[in-house]
Amino acid sequence: MEEILRINGISKRYDDITVLDHVSLSIKSGEVVVIVGPSGCGKSTLLRCVNSLENIQEGEILLNGESVNPGNKKPAALRQKIGMVFQSYELFPHKTVLQNLTLAPLKVKKTGRKEAEEEGLKLLERVGLLSRKDNYPSQLSGGQKQRVAIMRALMMHPEVLLLDEITAALDPEMVREVLEVVLSLAKEGRTMLIVTHELQFARAVADRMVFIDGGRIVEEGTPEEFFEHPRTERLRKFLHSFSYGE
Amino acid sequence: MGFEVLWKGNNMLRLLEGLWAALRISLISVAVSLVLGLALGILVSLKLRAVQVLSRIWLEIVRIMPQMVLLFLVYFGASRVLGLNISAETSALIVFSFWGTAEMSDLVRGSLAAIPKIQYESSYSLGFDPLQTYLYVIIPQIVRRMIPLSINLITRMIKTTSLVMMIGIVEVLKVGQQIIEANRKSSPNAAFGVYLTVFVLYFLACWPISRLSKYLEKKWEN
Amino acid sequence: MDPEVLKSYLPRYAEAFLLTIKIGWLGIALAFVIGMLSAFVIHFRIPVLKRIAGYYVELFRNTPLLVQLFFIYFGLPKVGIVISAEACGVLGLGLLGGSYMSETFRSGLEAIPAAQKESALSLGMSRGQVFREIILPEALTISVPAIAANVIFLLKETSVFSAISLMDLMFTAKDLIGLYYDTTEALFMLVLFYTIMLLPVSILGSIAEKTVRGKMPGQ
Repeated sequence: MEEILRINGISKRYDDITVLDHVSLSIKSGEVVVIVGPSGCGKSTLLRCVNSLENIQEGEILLNGESVNPGNKKPAALRQKIGMVFQSYELFPHKTVLQNLTLAPLKVKKTGRKEAEEEGLKLLERVGLLSRKDNYPSQLSGGQKQRVAIMRALMMHPEVLLLDEITAALDPEMVREVLEVVLSLAKEGRTMLIVTHELQFARAVADRMVFIDGGRIVEEGTPEEFFEHPRTERLRKFLHSFSYGE
Repeated sequence: MGFEVLWKGNNMLRLLEGLWAALRISLISVAVSLVLGLALGILVSLKLRAVQVLSRIWLEIVRIMPQMVLLFLVYFGASRVLGLNISAETSALIVFSFWGTAEMSDLVRGSLAAIPKIQYESSYSLGFDPLQTYLYVIIPQIVRRMIPLSINLITRMIKTTSLVMMIGIVEVLKVGQQIIEANRKSSPNAAFGVYLTVFVLYFLACWPISRLSKYLEKKWEN
Repeated sequence: MDPEVLKSYLPRYAEAFLLTIKIGWLGIALAFVIGMLSAFVIHFRIPVLKRIAGYYVELFRNTPLLVQLFFIYFGLPKVGIVISAEACGVLGLGLLGGSYMSETFRSGLEAIPAAQKESALSLGMSRGQVFREIILPEALTISVPAIAANVIFLLKETSVFSAISLMDLMFTAKDLIGLYYDTTEALFMLVLFYTIMLLPVSILGSIAEKTVRGKMPGQ
């Protein structure tokens, strides 16, 4: 498999607080990389940097060999190739479900309305929300909103999909319906970079696990090594904090 | 430019007295509105049908009737229909309190509705009776929300007091008019300077108060 | 109340009513434009203009319309700026309303969560598209209740126009009371016409509020 996304020694600082400290990561096409770490460790910031929603002070991020760093003249063009789904769904409240899906293709890609709507309906059907196409976001449950948000990102045919704690705001009974969608995306070979707290899910979906602490990558490896034979004390402690009564 | 008349005799002092008349009417009305509004708001929350309908109508009247029309109704109407002779200042106090009470009561009603039922329940579970619950738990929570609005209401009332000159109360604008009239010959351009000064005086009266209201609103947001 | 008197008053009130709503709605339209411009300038922190807009908003929100009108109508001619009574009414209402609308639009713009903008950007939209398609419609949606309240407030404020000798509803009422002492009839017609002017707006406002509920961000 060939490399699609390359993060090359990036650092991110707010004033004198270092959030990311020379982080490097390479992601191959079709690979699912899951990033875990304690809250505030910089994992979400890393995703935001990849989508150039944050400035970085050092290093660079390359998509297919092309820099996506802010300051780049065409962040919009590059962002089309990188989809992102947020913890808080961020559906557009004044648009219906279907309009949420078709807005970017219509305005950004200038896709024809019929074509965009057909694709939108197909994606909605796939996640079982076809009947909700004319509802407004406020009429949906959290799990439904998040499934729509994932499909909205897919409408732009991104080469890489970034998922930022997409189940963190959901009630427990809705987590599964969203994670199943992500699992099915992994099966079709989508390239994804996922930040999550759901370790069980991470293990099921990941090709590779990355543990970030204090703005640095502390450990990475296959799910098997990562969960069964953590090499560092910090990862052992982190994993342990999730396991009650074992 | 006509500023010179302001320094003639006690003209500036008269303007300030006019402003004080406006402030006085506003402050008294707000005080009355606070008390009556709290009482009415609680009454409405008790969900008595008649009270609710009455307060709905009251609110809608205040919502759509210009204060100027209300002033005319009380000042001209009361003497004609009820045979009462109500002074202009009393008319203004009645109208402003009528308006303020409606707004306050609606705020109290809204605040009471926003207080979760569990607040009452936990208060009862501590042994408070319903009256004590209101006094010690519920009302302190809503008073806090009433204060920024009361302050905001003061500024709106100060601004509205400019209308009372139309029913003959001598407030700033009226004093200004009188000064311009009296100096028509010597300072034909007095209108510019005097009205600009009145404009600035109103601003100086309202601006600090509205800043305070904004500040408190932010501070007590939760 | 004497129906004959009411009938004889009707044409004068109708004429005054038309004048009042004409100036009222023109002023509101002007207020919308001024408010929008001022809010943009403040929201996008355009240097110098942002300052001016900020002073303007504070100045006009904290002074009464009547005083503004007196200054424009009686004061400005003394320095050579003469404006007709009607234009003065529109201008005064527009300036007053603009300061309120500015605050309304500005807080609407501020209320949009940053993540809404980010999610639109992450779909590849340009900044212009994000503003047109996402921020502006959402800000207007959030502002609907406040805009409705402003419109009602401004229509009520038209009641001071008589002070600059515009023959509006208040002027007519006062005039008729002074002339014929049919106070009851004159006041009845006054209330009637203000109700006709404002009740539909009040009802439409509530309907609009219900329609936009559910299309607000953060739900």
